Amino acid sequence: MRIIGCGNRQRGDDGAGILVAERLRHLGIDAGTCSGEATELIETWAGSGDVILIDAVVTGAPGGTVHVWDGLQKIDPPGKTASTHGLGVAQAIELARVLNRLPERLRIYGIEGRAFDPGFPISSQVHAAIEEVVQRIIADVSASADAREGERPKLRGSSIHLTP
Amino acid sequence: MTGRSARTIRVDTLARVEGEGSLYIKLAGERVTDVKLKIYEPPRFFEAFLRGRHFSEAPDITARICGICPIAYQMSAVHAIERALGIRIDPAVRLLRRLFYCGEWIESHTLHVYMLHAPDFLGYQDVIAMAANHRAVVEKALRLKKIGNRIVQLLGGREIHPISAAVGGFYKTPAKQQLRELVDDLEWALEASLETVRWTAGLEFPSFEQDYEFVALRHPDEYPFNEGRLVSNRGLDIDAAEYEDRFVELHVKHSNALHSVVRGRGSYLTGPLARFNLNSDRLPEVARKAALDAGLKPPVKNVFRSIVVRAVELVFACAEALRVIREYEPPAAPRVAGPNRAGVGQAITEAPRGILYHRYALDENGLILTAKIVPPTSQNQKRIEDDLREYAAQLVAWPIEEATWKCEQAVRSYDPCISCATHFLKVEIDRGD
Repeated sequence: MRIIGCGNRQRGDDGAGILVAERLRHLGIDAGTCSGEATELIETWAGSGDVILIDAVVTGAPGGTVHVWDGLQKIDPPGKTASTHGLGVAQAIELARVLNRLPERLRIYGIEGRAFDPGFPISSQVHAAIEEVVQRIIADVSASADAREGERPKLRGSSIHLTP
Repeated sequence: MTGRSARTIRVDTLARVEGEGSLYIKLAGERVTDVKLKIYEPPRFFEAFLRGRHFSEAPDITARICGICPIAYQMSAVHAIERALGIRIDPAVRLLRRLFYCGEWIESHTLHVYMLHAPDFLGYQDVIAMAANHRAVVEKALRLKKIGNRIVQLLGGREIHPISAAVGGFYKTPAKQQLRELVDDLEWALEASLETVRWTAGLEFPSFEQDYEFVALRHPDEYPFNEGRLVSNRGLDIDAAEYEDRFVELHVKHSNALHSVVRGRGSYLTGPLARFNLNSDRLPEVARKAALDAGLKPPVKNVFRSIVVRAVELVFACAEALRVIREYEPPAAPRVAGPNRAGVGQAITEAPRGILYHRYALDENGLILTAKIVPPTSQNQKRIEDDLREYAAQLVAWPIEEATWKCEQAVRSYDPCISCATHFLKVEIDRGD
């Protein structure tokens, strides 16, 4: 399983995906980061079967709302991420779909952001959502490991228990 | 077609540009009465962030201004500070910096030519729609960009916001073998870039030529990246230290990015068109021939043809990268340590989308007293408005949707990086309906 947090830590809530990845790493779970630029993202998940993506989004929902999408289904409308790039996460997924470069499974956690000003900290609602997404991904990793009999999730630390 | 009524072209969020802004054009009959390229966010906080920081932090802080051209920021920063401190870099470091810049140009030009600008010419809303019918073209672009990424990652430590550039050199320099491992990819990229020139030359361009003042670096022997005098086709020929004597930034009410103008003259154009027009004789033979075969003969005055010039610069970047790799011998030390001392230094380097000016004043402890950064999009902003004033006048009889799209395409010809100039672009054509 490949976990990728997208965003920019220097732009307020846009850093949510990066912080989720950092928190997961702190807990011993492999997680990478990416700016969210489309071509970079497509390369980042190349060769991965099972991918979890975390990014800040703007849909109009209250700040801190956690959205979960199946990336293999068409996300409508694309372009709703908070990416500051010409081509962002939603476009990366749609481009990969056209080019048959999507992973076998793609789960997207979108964290509703409120403020994206340069140099500003993450808002309090988004902080709470980050922790929620971390816990849900831990459960995803655990479920994925359970699904593959005899295979343990890829852990570097011993501070968490993934199975009861 | 409403021809003579007052109308507005409005694009609230300009697509396929780096960052966000908006465009407003007001038409009264067949006259364009107002053009505003509005840029909202103030990036200039960075100049304040830098105050009180040690000079060694400037390359890493300024790299954060942009995810697309961080190397340009690092290069202008290190060269300006090296001038302030009187540091002379190792020739091998100089070569590596050129290779580093090649990586960024390959990344940035590939992204813009194929992903952001080509859909305009082929009639697609975006690269996703284009990819459905031009899959091989987009696949080629992805591979090209990845090769640029590899160069940046190798020299910079990572693909985005590289961390290895330092005042005096690099924190770590590669072994010869590491560079040689890039050769096969770069040889493929060179061929792919030549195909890109031929492909872009076959696109259809609007008939639109302007009498620009082109401004670019010019070096005695090389197509410019990091060094050279700043020249123009109207007699400008200055050192970076004289930049602020000849250029001035003006605040305009509708934009958070300052408008940069040549004192006493007005707007100017910087970027690929300017570089090519002022330096085509400095291109290596392979790139010069590709330009000639594509029908590019300086001065190219049609900004829409910048897509072809970018492709020629892709050829240059690949050829130059291969040259550097052939000639590279690792330096005795990755960098020359800089003394803590007071001084003022200015530098200009060629970011993919135009010249990037930095000035730093340092105190006796090497701390930054003041910093000034003038990004290329800020320099082109007034020129973009001037172009639109002329171009929109040609479009008054067009249906509003098509006129709007054409105006967006004109803006995209400049590959504006609004993130650098400030942050986020939105086009508005006002016909007073």
